[in-house]
Amino acid sequence: MKKWLIYSVLCICLSCSNEPTDADTDAYVPTPSPLEIPELFENLIIAPVLPIDNPQTVEGIALGKKLFFDPILSADNTQACASCHAPQNAFTDSTRFSIGIDGIAGNRNSMPLFNMAWNYDELFFWDGRAFSLEHQAIEPVTNPIEMHNTWDVVVSRLQQNDEYPQLFEAAFGDQTITKELATKAIAQFERTLISANSKFDRYLLGDATLTQQEQNGLNVFMDENRGDCFHCHGNPNNPLWTDNIFHNNGLDATFSDLGLGEVSGDPADNGKFKSPSLRNLAFSAPYMHDGRFNTLDEVINHYSEGLVDSPTIDPLMKKVDEGGVHLTPQDKSDLKAFLLSLSDPSFINNPDFQN
Amino acid sequence: MKKIFALLFFCFVLISCKNDDDNIDCCSQPIVTDVTFTFSHNWEDTEVTENDFNTMQYINANGEVLTIARIRYLLSRFELVNTNGESFPLTGYKLIDLSNPESFTFNTTISDGTLYPGLYTLKFVYGFNEEDNIDGAYPDLNSASWNWPAMLGGGYHFLQFDGMYNVDTTSSPFNYHNGTARISDGNYEQNFVSFEFFPEVEINYNTTIEIKMDISEFFKNPITWDLNQYNTPLMPNYDAQKMMQQNVGSVFSIGQITQE
Ligand code: HEC
Ligand code: HEC
Repeated sequence: MKKWLIYSVLCICLSCSNEPTDADTDAYVPTPSPLEIPELFENLIIAPVLPIDNPQTVEGIALGKKLFFDPILSADNTQACASCHAPQNAFTDSTRFSIGIDGIAGNRNSMPLFNMAWNYDELFFWDGRAFSLEHQAIEPVTNPIEMHNTWDVVVSRLQQNDEYPQLFEAAFGDQTITKELATKAIAQFERTLISANSKFDRYLLGDATLTQQEQNGLNVFMDENRGDCFHCHGNPNNPLWTDNIFHNNGLDATFSDLGLGEVSGDPADNGKFKSPSLRNLAFSAPYMHDGRFNTLDEVINHYSEGLVDSPTIDPLMKKVDEGGVHLTPQDKSDLKAFLLSLSDPSFINNPDFQN
Repeated sequence: MKKIFALLFFCFVLISCKNDDDNIDCCSQPIVTDVTFTFSHNWEDTEVTENDFNTMQYINANGEVLTIARIRYLLSRFELVNTNGESFPLTGYKLIDLSNPESFTFNTTISDGTLYPGLYTLKFVYGFNEEDNIDGAYPDLNSASWNWPAMLGGGYHFLQFDGMYNVDTTSSPFNYHNGTARISDGNYEQNFVSFEFFPEVEINYNTTIEIKMDISEFFKNPITWDLNQYNTPLMPNYDAQKMMQQNVGSVFSIGQITQE
């Protein structure tokens, strides 16, 4: 009953507040810069996730980009986000394990960064442990095997810098720098990293034709008898080429890295990692959460005959007892040709994304 | 969630009462504007939730011991038919994912006609009928990677049910996926199922209808499913697709109906 009272008061307040509660009319507003949603995404999939408390703005994106490429974030001023997330590698790096500022390697392969606003569940990292891009961006700065810094140090460095205070003011109307504002800016920049101009995208839009090989490769990908990749890695109607869900795709019998299981505490999640997008594979080797495969041939051989059984293996991994479905050499090379048609050179060469 | 609806409803009342150009007899014959469905899942008499996945073992009609890893299914064309045979379609379709309890509630509106409280027959379609099963047409389903391959007729999955069978011995995967059936290349056959439930249900201003799924029925009725023979791949297998369609018939039933 009491609740009803509160509700009704609330409702009355809501419905009666016609006059604007005039805040500072001359409060500073940065220039809105709404995400440009690619035609294909607009047509086929639901809208990206954009937090209402961090709208995209010209100034915010510019600041985020500067921070992303600036080694000022790391303890010894040597490493930027871009050190492990380089544009020419579709924003990942080409080493198996990224090396942090102390020369120590982690145990995970860096991840390519694109189309992250379409990660609807907003779970980031291989194991999904960070919710939202804003929160994710906090982590690398303090990670002892990455930038090994503290946010207090970063904030005071930025505050004392002769450019950053103005840039924060332009982006957020406030010279006072905080880690929340810094990560908001980085997240805005990251949301602009959109890749939707591969050959296959242009084929879907009617602007390119597939070769016979690519066409057959698509059929292998979509055929439950052969590749059956589409249950986890998207399809021509889901051009993200990932489900952003966690699976065990049969890499190991036992796990030195528990993946999702470490985060959820549920043994049924052990060995599960987020399906990566298959866009831009031409630039993002090596592959898998631990970078164990250097080439796409190795990846395809894994699915074809290298599957390893374990208690949490996904039932979509067929014929595990035989290591997989044993694709023919022709199907393998066609599948590879198709996968490469999902790579987007205009993404890695986009001048907006270069330092 | 309920509270939000209550709040919205209350606001609506307050706001609408402020208007002085209100139709005078606006409230003498109240109509039903929406209906809520909830979805529950069981194996015979035992409730099945995500917590049972991969660990709880079930024995199907043919005697195989199995575990469940994933179940998603699509229902569409919910419809209420009054005792005069007049039909009231409800808006939308629903993809239910057993690993996402938020998907167990479907609040939908009467999309056409004026519905008064009373007794109605409930109908819905398992999957999409041919008219609705348009390849790529639904962004929310595309985003959920719910598509059915073009080479098998395209459109969408109706069901994705994955697990392991013979877990007591050899343990192998099964992928019980259902959608359009391919007779031969370029030649497809619809595969949805229309449900109609008797007796009629009472529909009031705030009715919630529970739809129950008995998972064991996928393997039971009328066809005793042999997982040793039909496990994977089943999507391109015409016979398997048609057998699934038959067995789905006894999977759904109406559970509790609540009025608030
Ligand atoms: C030392 C190398 C390194 C540096 C520096 C680094 N990262 Fe990463 N990044 C990684 C690795 C490795 C992963 C995967 C880690 C994991 O899953 O545990 C990752 C994952 C991510 C992801 C998750 C992507 C996804 O799809 O889930 C984002 C976003 C990201 N990094 C952004 C950043 C930002 C922003 C910075 C700078 C503030 C940064 N990274 C600095 C190596 C690095
Ligand atoms: C059951 C879901 C599932 C299926 C089916 C599946 N994958 Fe994967 N794929 C994954 C997961 C999960 C990963 C990451 C695994 C890890 O790193 O531990 C992955 C990783 C990959 C990678 C590495 C990408 C990168 O950036 O590191 C490639 C390439 C790939 N898969 C291609 C394929 C192909 C080709 C097929 C079909 C033959 C396929 N996948 C089928 C879930 C799946």
